[in-house]
Amino acid sequence: MTNHLGAIREFVVANFLFGEEGKLGDDTSFLESGIIDSTGLLELVGFLEERFGIRVADEELVPENLDSLSNISAYLAGKLDGKLST
Amino acid sequence: MCGIAGYLCFEGRVAPSVDVLGDMVSSLRHRGPDASGVYLDDSVGLGHSRLSIVDLAGGDQPIHNEDESLWIVYNGEIFNYPELQKELAARGHRFYTSTDTEVILHLYEEEGAACLSRLNGQFALAIWDNRARSLFLARDRMGIRPLHYIVEKGRLLFASEIKALFQADDVPRRLDPVALDQVFTFWSPLPGRTIFQAVQELPPGHYLVATPEGGVSIRQYWDVPFGPPGEQSAWEPEELREHVRELLIDAVRIRLRADVPVGSYLSGGLDSSGVTAIVKRHFNNRLRTFGIRFEEPRFDESRFQDGMVSFLGTEHTAIRATNEEIGKAFRDVIRHVEKPILRTAPVPLYLLSDTVRRNGFKVVLTGEGADEVFGGYDIFRETLVRRFWARQPSSRLRPRLIRKLYPDIFRDPRLGATLQAFFGVGLQNTGDPFYSHRIRWENTKRIKTFFSEDLRGAIGDYSGEDELRARLPGSFASWDPLSKAQYLEMALFLSNYLLSSQGDRVAMAHSVEIRLPFLDYRIVEFMARVPPRWKIRGLREKYLLKRVLHDLLPAPILRRPKHPYRAPIGQSLLPGNGADLPEALTGDALKREGLFDAAKVGRLIRKIRTVPEPSEVDAMALAGILSSQLLHEQFVSRFPAGRGAPFVPTVFVDRRSIVPK
Repeated sequence: MTNHLGAIREFVVANFLFGEEGKLGDDTSFLESGIIDSTGLLELVGFLEERFGIRVADEELVPENLDSLSNISAYLAGKLDGKLST
Repeated sequence: MCGIAGYLCFEGRVAPSVDVLGDMVSSLRHRGPDASGVYLDDSVGLGHSRLSIVDLAGGDQPIHNEDESLWIVYNGEIFNYPELQKELAARGHRFYTSTDTEVILHLYEEEGAACLSRLNGQFALAIWDNRARSLFLARDRMGIRPLHYIVEKGRLLFASEIKALFQADDVPRRLDPVALDQVFTFWSPLPGRTIFQAVQELPPGHYLVATPEGGVSIRQYWDVPFGPPGEQSAWEPEELREHVRELLIDAVRIRLRADVPVGSYLSGGLDSSGVTAIVKRHFNNRLRTFGIRFEEPRFDESRFQDGMVSFLGTEHTAIRATNEEIGKAFRDVIRHVEKPILRTAPVPLYLLSDTVRRNGFKVVLTGEGADEVFGGYDIFRETLVRRFWARQPSSRLRPRLIRKLYPDIFRDPRLGATLQAFFGVGLQNTGDPFYSHRIRWENTKRIKTFFSEDLRGAIGDYSGEDELRARLPGSFASWDPLSKAQYLEMALFLSNYLLSSQGDRVAMAHSVEIRLPFLDYRIVEFMARVPPRWKIRGLREKYLLKRVLHDLLPAPILRRPKHPYRAPIGQSLLPGNGADLPEALTGDALKREGLFDAAKVGRLIRKIRTVPEPSEVDAMALAGILSSQLLHEQFVSRFPAGRGAPFVPTVFVDRRSIVPK
């Protein structure tokens, strides 16, 4: 779980903050802070699917799952649990 | 169309040498290759480089009045000059040329600065009144023609372009950190400021008076007359349509006045198609048109362009702006536009003006300005939709209008809900004077993350928004939302970007003059008082203009969704396939110029080279960073020093009492 969070953080910092880590807390809203724009969202989903081998379902593509590091992390944990149990 | 340059030397100071004035004029030769001229007296120097369009044989400048007490250098066109000339002749003025230049001078003699309200045109001018000992500088209402100046070291220097000011040896050449902050927020410096420290722009609709005693005063003589809803027109739509139709046809008619042939740009969009159709149907059946094609389908409008060409039967020439050519020309374009740009869209127009000129044309009509005046931009519709949504934030249906507005952004249906949320940020802040531009500016500001520590330090806690807020017209808060958005777009984007970086500069780079019927001040003034419901109806943009053009254009042009004019950024500036990184983007160059954080820019470049298509903000960042680098390099760190070829003016008037050796 923490590993996931680290990997996601690394991706967001490198790709959307270009290395400037200071601004990003675990609960910082990507939307409100403007860290990720609409195209960035596509990049983020692409990264999650590729890196963690998941398939993000249509109904899961909502801000509650994707709008902050901790949101993504929680979503991912549930998703991977589900995956393991099948 | 031309270039002007000159100086006023304050009392007790030594005037710049003739060579300096010569270098200033020579640096503007692209604006006026046909002739040049100089006027000198003990305190003033006026210089001119001429592109001959009216009175080809007799119109060389500087031009004087009957008793030679007034002298003018002038860049532009006054389209209503024949009418003014008749009036002045009736008042006893005698003319020795048939130019509009001379008309302005005599009108100034009669009316002083008030003459500006009589001029219908696009101009930047300098008049020296030898009797009153005062220098008068003025610029047209919309800011179609450029004029810059610097007051320091006991003198005022002025010129069409900043590069001419830099010909005087001791003019400082430094980028202004605050102006950089403004560019990376509003897409351009705020009116009056330039990207260079101490160098100022005379804002659109302003004039300046300077005297040898050192007095310099600036006044605004015109602003777009938006007003509260109570002051808006109560006309019926049919009356509005008929009146705008008459104005537009007349605006085109007087813009065809020239002693050289006039061509027209034709993209296949509504605006240029409308202008071209008016010329063809009403005035000139043998019209030459010029257009741009792109190699990438999403930028290309060839289908509509070709449709219009065969519909109107014009003789058409189109260039193909390839990614490679856009990338190659970017450096030269930056030298001409003299500021950072966040887009590459000026480049194809730079390439096009070259072709226009090679085809023997000096003057073209364009459709620019219609989106600002008639309500064509997506940002206008976006603000109306967001306000509509904000009145019922929990509505499920209202935000769906955003999806209709931006089918491109919402092309992946899976992401609808989240993407929609982006447009919901700040939804309720409808009292924000910048509500319409909030999303754009917040996105753009993110690029400031690439600024170097030094640059950030120099900017400090400066806020461009605070400055802009303080400058808004007094009644701004009482205007309707569309008028507010239009005003901001005209004050920021139109004058400093569209008419400059994407207008005058890239056309004059190849000695081509653009004329813009939609920015005839009669149309701008009238439309500012038309209620918003006739500009945008529901989601239908430029509703009134479409009604005006209805009988002139084929249905596919009237019905096609708006296609914003854009050019590729990532693929042009950062070609893949192992191509070399442009030198200006290497770590060494970034450290050398000192504007950006080299490590962060490195990450941006890596990212853009990895993803199939960079995001909007990343692409703007790339264009902004590269253009700032090229600007700094060409104007600050490696500005070419030394005199050019000897200056031999066509006209040389020397009224100095003491001629220095």
